[in-house]
Amino acid sequence: MNPLSFELVLAPIPYFWPRGRVLSFYEAIAEAPVDTVVLGETVCARRAELRLPDWIALGRDLAAAGKRVVLAGYALIESESHLKWVRRLVEQDEFAVEANEMGTVRLLAAAGRRDWIAGASLNVYNPHALAQLHEAGARRWLPPPELSRAALAHLLEGFTALEQGTIETELPVWGPLALAHSARCFTARHYRLQKDACEFRCLAHPAGLPLATRDGADFLVLNGVQVLSARPWSLMDRLEEVTPLAQALRLVPAPEGTLERIAALDRARRFGEMPAPEPESCNGFWYGESGFVYRAPSSSPLAAR
Amino acid sequence: MMNSSRVRRPELVCPAGNPAMLKAAVEHGADAVYLGFKDATNARNFNGLNFDERSLAQAIELAHAHGCRVFLALNTYPQTEGWARWTAAVDRAAALGVDALILADLGLLAHARERHPELRIHLSVQGSATNHEALAFYHERYGIERAVLPRVLSLEQVAQVVRQSPVAVEVFGFGGLCVMVEGRCALSAYATGQSPNCHGACSPAKFVRWDETPQGLEARLNGFLIDRYAPEEPAGYPTLCKGRFAVGGHTYYAIEEPTSLNTLELLPRLIEIGVAAIKIEGRQRSAAYVAQVTRVWREAIDAALAAPQDFSPHPQWLAALDRVSEGASHTLGAYSRPWK
Repeated sequence: MNPLSFELVLAPIPYFWPRGRVLSFYEAIAEAPVDTVVLGETVCARRAELRLPDWIALGRDLAAAGKRVVLAGYALIESESHLKWVRRLVEQDEFAVEANEMGTVRLLAAAGRRDWIAGASLNVYNPHALAQLHEAGARRWLPPPELSRAALAHLLEGFTALEQGTIETELPVWGPLALAHSARCFTARHYRLQKDACEFRCLAHPAGLPLATRDGADFLVLNGVQVLSARPWSLMDRLEEVTPLAQALRLVPAPEGTLERIAALDRARRFGEMPAPEPESCNGFWYGESGFVYRAPSSSPLAAR
Repeated sequence: MMNSSRVRRPELVCPAGNPAMLKAAVEHGADAVYLGFKDATNARNFNGLNFDERSLAQAIELAHAHGCRVFLALNTYPQTEGWARWTAAVDRAAALGVDALILADLGLLAHARERHPELRIHLSVQGSATNHEALAFYHERYGIERAVLPRVLSLEQVAQVVRQSPVAVEVFGFGGLCVMVEGRCALSAYATGQSPNCHGACSPAKFVRWDETPQGLEARLNGFLIDRYAPEEPAGYPTLCKGRFAVGGHTYYAIEEPTSLNTLELLPRLIEIGVAAIKIEGRQRSAAYVAQVTRVWREAIDAALAAPQDFSPHPQWLAALDRVSEGASHTLGAYSRPWK
């Protein structure tokens, strides 16, 4: 494979890790060959080991280490106090913001920000929807998990045809899929605790709580108010299908293996060295199939061409 | 909080999956019905359900003759290849004279606003808007006049949204209960490839398999074991999030029990906080369901408006609703948060 060209982006940590673990994780990231680091808590407003000023301070450290830094907002805003937090996020202009719900989009647009990132939960499935967010100031976007490679290609062709300007596409290449979001906390439910008195049990599950079917098949992961796929999404073994469609590739932090995955992606762009297939991962959505499906590179619909 | 002269009479919005359901809703006192075309353009794309152009025209005529409004749900997210089909559906609905479109997709919202500036637009629950800033976004840009809130907010949070919202707010009052933020759930897509967002279906029946096994009756969704029932246990439809799963050595309803939503007892409070409309879920149910639920909710809303202080749900109302509800039990859902 020829060396590939892409920006490597590290997604926010989806799990609730203790402050010390977060800080030492990013100390290592500062030295790793990622270009952009997206910081912040996106899943649950009760998770506050780091507060906004802490994330901003961490962002400054990473920026000093040469990283581009983005601050991400919550995926679900339930109350006025959450909105206050979003307003503070939007008011800081040191870093670009990733919007993960439409109230955040409104505040960014109202502030005249033209540098924000439209997160995957904003449900952009067609070029006309993308044009609406572009007009509101988005300069980069992430497709929803269900969008297939073919649908993404059509969408991007359609967006170009609209002649509304340009927007960068960022695609996840590794990480558990964020399948659902609720106001209810499934981790608290597991411990028979109320959400407002959850004792921060997520802290004990650095990769979430695995959920299996009654016949023992790994199925999902409970991550507080979020449900993730048990199989991580991976396009690492078919990067040549991804790079024609996206300027930036995103990797989700995990308790294990993040630095190794970063190194593998970096080798792909520097030397054209292809990461090994991951049969325990999933890529069905990429081919318009059920999300849990894994297709080996040799059985990719594109492999024969 | 709100004095009685300003009390807003909430509209009762009932499901019409077919002409018989529409007739039942209209005759039993619905202020409005919502329905969809027979295809993937709406979030209840089930076999044998929904309306074609001809039956929609008749539906509008019948509803309007009874002073009932007709809202058309076009609330799935079109992909690029399907774009022309979705915009054609918007244009067709406008030409037929529906009273409002229920939309979620930003592109379709822009299309409807531009091509049909006179047409009333409601934001679908699939739009996932949970705060007044989000509602302001849709109002300022697309002129939405009403939004349906996801079933994840508490009553106090709904009140907070209503107080600051630039548009009228519609909430779910009765029927099936999504525990996830609507428009944000790909669980069905992960297991079956079919989703509410793109196909208008969750845990579709064609992927369901029932097997009698030595361990009991098993319900599978595209191969995934959603639940297993002992001989006397009542078996429910295997909606993915309402199955029993194993977490940390325990097998239980790990995401949500198979209960349905009933907010009848909250009615005076919903009226007090100023919700503009109460929505009944269930376009995939029957005319008998619609008749029963519409009748009870009509009586209840009228009673709550006449004498809010004295309001309490009549036992016969609750019994009537119990007879038609899915699953054995009811919950107030997120409105009152026992889990909070």
